[in-house]
Amino acid sequence: MATAAITAEREHYLNKEYGIRSWLLTTDHKRIALLYLASITFFFFIGGFFALLIRLELLTPAGDLVQADTYNKLFTMHGQIMVFFFLIPSIPAVLGNFLVPLMIGAKDLAFPRINLLSWYLYIIAGVLMFHCIVTGGVDTGWTFYTPFSTAFSNTHVIEAGLSIFVAGFSSILTGLNFVVTIHRMRAPGMTWSRLPLFLWAMYATSIIQLLGTPVLAVTLVLVVCERAFHLGIFDPTRGGDPLLFQHLFWFYSHPAVYIMILPSMGVVAEIVPCFSRKRIFGYKFVAMSSIAIAVFGFLVWAHHMFVAGISLYSAMIFSALSYLVAVPSAVKVFNWTATMYKGSISFTTPMLYAFGFVGLFTMGGLTGLFLAALGINVHVTDTYFVIAHFHYIMVGGAVMGYMAGIHFWWPKISGRMYPEAWGRLAALIVFLGFNLTFFPQFILGYLGMPRRYWQYPPEFQVLNVLSTAGSTILAVGYVLPMVYFLWSMRYGKIADDNPWGAAGLEWKTASPPPTFNFDETPEVTWEAYNYEEIPAPAEVALER
Amino acid sequence: MFDNFPLWPVRASSGAGNVDALYIFLVILSAFMSVAIFTMILVFALRYRRRAGINAEQIEGSTPLELTWSIIPLGIFIVIFIWGAVIYFMERTPPRGATEVYVVAKQWMWKLQHEEGQREINELHVPVGRDVKLIMTSQDVIHSFYVPAFRIKQDVLPGRYTTAWFHATKSGTYHLFCAEYCGTMHSGMIGQVVVMEPADYQAWLAGGGASGSLAASGSSIFQQLGCPTCHRFDTQGRGPNLVGIFGKPVQLEDGRTVVADENYIRESILSPSAKVVSGFKPIMPVFQGLVTEEQLTALVAYIKSLGPPPAGAATAPSLAPKPQYPKE
Amino acid sequence: MSDSPIAVGQHGPELRHHFASVEQQRDAASLGMWLFLATEIMFFGGMFCAYLIYRMNYFNEFAAGSRSLDLKWGTINTMVLICSSLTVALGVRAAQMGKRKLLVVLLLLTLVFGLAFLGIKGIEWYDKYKEHHIPGQSFNADDLVRDYPQIHIDQQHEQIYFSLYFAMTGLHALHMIIGIGIFAFLTFYAWKGRYTPEYNTPIEIGGLYWHFVDIVWIYLFPLLYLIDRRPLR
Repeated sequence: MATAAITAEREHYLNKEYGIRSWLLTTDHKRIALLYLASITFFFFIGGFFALLIRLELLTPAGDLVQADTYNKLFTMHGQIMVFFFLIPSIPAVLGNFLVPLMIGAKDLAFPRINLLSWYLYIIAGVLMFHCIVTGGVDTGWTFYTPFSTAFSNTHVIEAGLSIFVAGFSSILTGLNFVVTIHRMRAPGMTWSRLPLFLWAMYATSIIQLLGTPVLAVTLVLVVCERAFHLGIFDPTRGGDPLLFQHLFWFYSHPAVYIMILPSMGVVAEIVPCFSRKRIFGYKFVAMSSIAIAVFGFLVWAHHMFVAGISLYSAMIFSALSYLVAVPSAVKVFNWTATMYKGSISFTTPMLYAFGFVGLFTMGGLTGLFLAALGINVHVTDTYFVIAHFHYIMVGGAVMGYMAGIHFWWPKISGRMYPEAWGRLAALIVFLGFNLTFFPQFILGYLGMPRRYWQYPPEFQVLNVLSTAGSTILAVGYVLPMVYFLWSMRYGKIADDNPWGAAGLEWKTASPPPTFNFDETPEVTWEAYNYEEIPAPAEVALER
Repeated sequence: MFDNFPLWPVRASSGAGNVDALYIFLVILSAFMSVAIFTMILVFALRYRRRAGINAEQIEGSTPLELTWSIIPLGIFIVIFIWGAVIYFMERTPPRGATEVYVVAKQWMWKLQHEEGQREINELHVPVGRDVKLIMTSQDVIHSFYVPAFRIKQDVLPGRYTTAWFHATKSGTYHLFCAEYCGTMHSGMIGQVVVMEPADYQAWLAGGGASGSLAASGSSIFQQLGCPTCHRFDTQGRGPNLVGIFGKPVQLEDGRTVVADENYIRESILSPSAKVVSGFKPIMPVFQGLVTEEQLTALVAYIKSLGPPPAGAATAPSLAPKPQYPKE
Repeated sequence: MSDSPIAVGQHGPELRHHFASVEQQRDAASLGMWLFLATEIMFFGGMFCAYLIYRMNYFNEFAAGSRSLDLKWGTINTMVLICSSLTVALGVRAAQMGKRKLLVVLLLLTLVFGLAFLGIKGIEWYDKYKEHHIPGQSFNADDLVRDYPQIHIDQQHEQIYFSLYFAMTGLHALHMIIGIGIFAFLTFYAWKGRYTPEYNTPIEIGGLYWHFVDIVWIYLFPLLYLIDRRPLR
């Protein structure tokens, strides 16, 4: 193949410099994105491995694979790793870092060195977490409820808390970088109303990261101090209040779920127009709904505490507010679907993942309505219903959005196409495996199977077996892309600047882009999603 | 594996039907919306698939449509909210005159005390058709009392009482789960609620090794700890007369008025200076660390049982039947 | 390959290549620092929230603990920080006017004030240590129980006051140390002549950070020291 020779002629960000130092000391946002890609993939597989162990244990009602304490550590660390080391960084730190400057026509983010610092903080946090895991782990649940975490657990709570504290600062700095970049570094002509929706989503996400994460940070500081010095801030036997911890914790951790889902929504808002060859339906509404979700998301945290012992009246207020935050999400789903109307649709892998996202996010979001209903919440909170709900959103939603985005922008990132047939196959496997894993859990939850149970009554076994079967299929669906993306880096078809015929400034530069992104600073004179002007490339459809 | 394979939880309480009704409504609504979205995506994907020579139609949007599909969902959400809130209000408002059962949770077991004195571990016997109110606290970490068949769940906290209530409608044996992760044997902290026909329940009560009612054991603890020294019933002592105080408002030194509920009594024993009654000095000794949770529940039950004194005369405290004034 | 279209030679080395102009770089730095300060408000805010709740519930213990702090040192420290903010503000102005020597003097004064603050804080903490008011194994508030016979002091609640006192002043002191570190660098580079009327962004945003840390103290001082200083009945 003459492919290798062609790329060697043109200089771009990957071949500009070689060697470990050029990667570990880079300030190029694109390289940093790839550093993150490698790190979060590593943690994804660790977290996923823990999930597999959990599902294997749950094949039988008895606790017969691992000990109870081990099981408790497994679900705790699965949660912590997936939330803090995979989901929260995933799209922002990989796709956001890569694309934000490209999409606005800038040469880099506002603070490239802080961007690198962000990655190093993530790595330090990762090392702490890894050390915590291999020296015995932590068993408090990812939610660290007191007084169990401060006064009863015999595991490495302090180390885990510090690790997440550091990871939080990585997240804050990423958010800070994006907000300043989007405000100050847009190319001439790139007005707010011409911003791609991915950037609106990243902007909203960054606001949440900036304002929410510090509260988690200070809460973790208090937990660590309490545990280390036997203070009493959250311990009722020492005059403290365990509910105060829950309020402080959820004040961040609820907006955190919007950090995890908003970027995926942004990705879908880029993919659906491209593969429908038309502008998104209701641009303003989709953009504003991202901001609305970010704002309202800060007002609903105590819906995680309806049975915790809060007053009847505050429960009612939080329930009402929770319904409010559901409206912008619904608006998004309708707009994406409406975008397909009278479009010209092709079934590429990103589009298949986007379909999956819209459907599964809808289901996950609808089950949120169940949880926000106070009367239902009492029965299903702390059961598998909640687990199913958030996995539908996080895996069926956020991870699918992430996969969609990686596939969509892979040609831009690597200069290569991934193998389309394998991409579609993996998407299908993920979709089927996912539903088989998590749909039975809704039923389990309503039946009454509580969360975090190492052993369970025998009548729950059939549904658990189905769920475990699904998880093995899901695992295959995730391993496949690992394999073929690596394969594509060497053997994949060479991509040209815009293999999808997509709108957006990132597609107006080479694949992969040069280190400073554009040969000349672009000047934007067109509206976003100007698909009437962009011809669909003949091969894009990739139909048989 | 397949002989016991339920897909729907048993309905064994008066409230379960309400919860199920809302749930079924939501299932139908969700199924409808999911099918609608999936179908639309499928139909659009096929009907508008890429074909040579046919271009997409650029549609900017439609504000009326946006408003429609914002307002209609919001309206539906408001209905769901109200429906759920009404059920929750009923769930959190125990009826007057409910039989009380005290629950002390600890790692990793449930300890239950009936008013009549029976103690149970990991099991709760109740009669069909009676309102039962659970007054619960934890000795260590946060637990959660969950009976799926009754559709009730309430976190059980250290340092205070939380309550739940139910009205069992069907005899049988139902799971009791701990639903808040509490350590190693969280999944082993399970038990059962045994709902019996009234006659069987009376038989069980009579046969059990009850050593006097809960209030009676509370009375002896009250004596043992020296409480009558200050809390006299005949004259005004150094502490307030406790007869008839339960459920009534109390004026405090700092001007606040609080209701003397279970949490107030418990706090006054463990941390007396927190709420000092107006006109009294903060001289009550602190009993934190000197009484167990079970002793506390017995004391609370005893104080609840103290009826108002007969007009005029000073009498010894008696185990009056349930007082007439409202609780909670 | 071609570099940016901007005339590379017409600006100082401080303009980083990804910015189109010095103004853009300064605006970006300024916005970045303001956003960072917003995160710091949320960071301290969590602790302030815990503080406010416990103060409401345990007022007596908080008042007693507050009185046990030395008002003299607290006031001096407040004045010290206010003066340091003055020197910082004057320093920014000196930088804008290109007065290098004045700038260096003002930055050095700021450092002196900052170190003075930390020194006094150290004295105060040492006093707390001697009085056994440091939370943990050796915490003992018997002295407060004795001093205030008219109110009942619950030692657990008292320990919560001191836990929050040390957490909040400790976090603040940590930010001061970081600020001193930053200003040490700024002083060094100012002495080297790096800051000019055209380029003094680091002084400006360093100043913003310092003012913020000062303002946090302005809140901490009344909340911790001035809870109830009325004469005792």
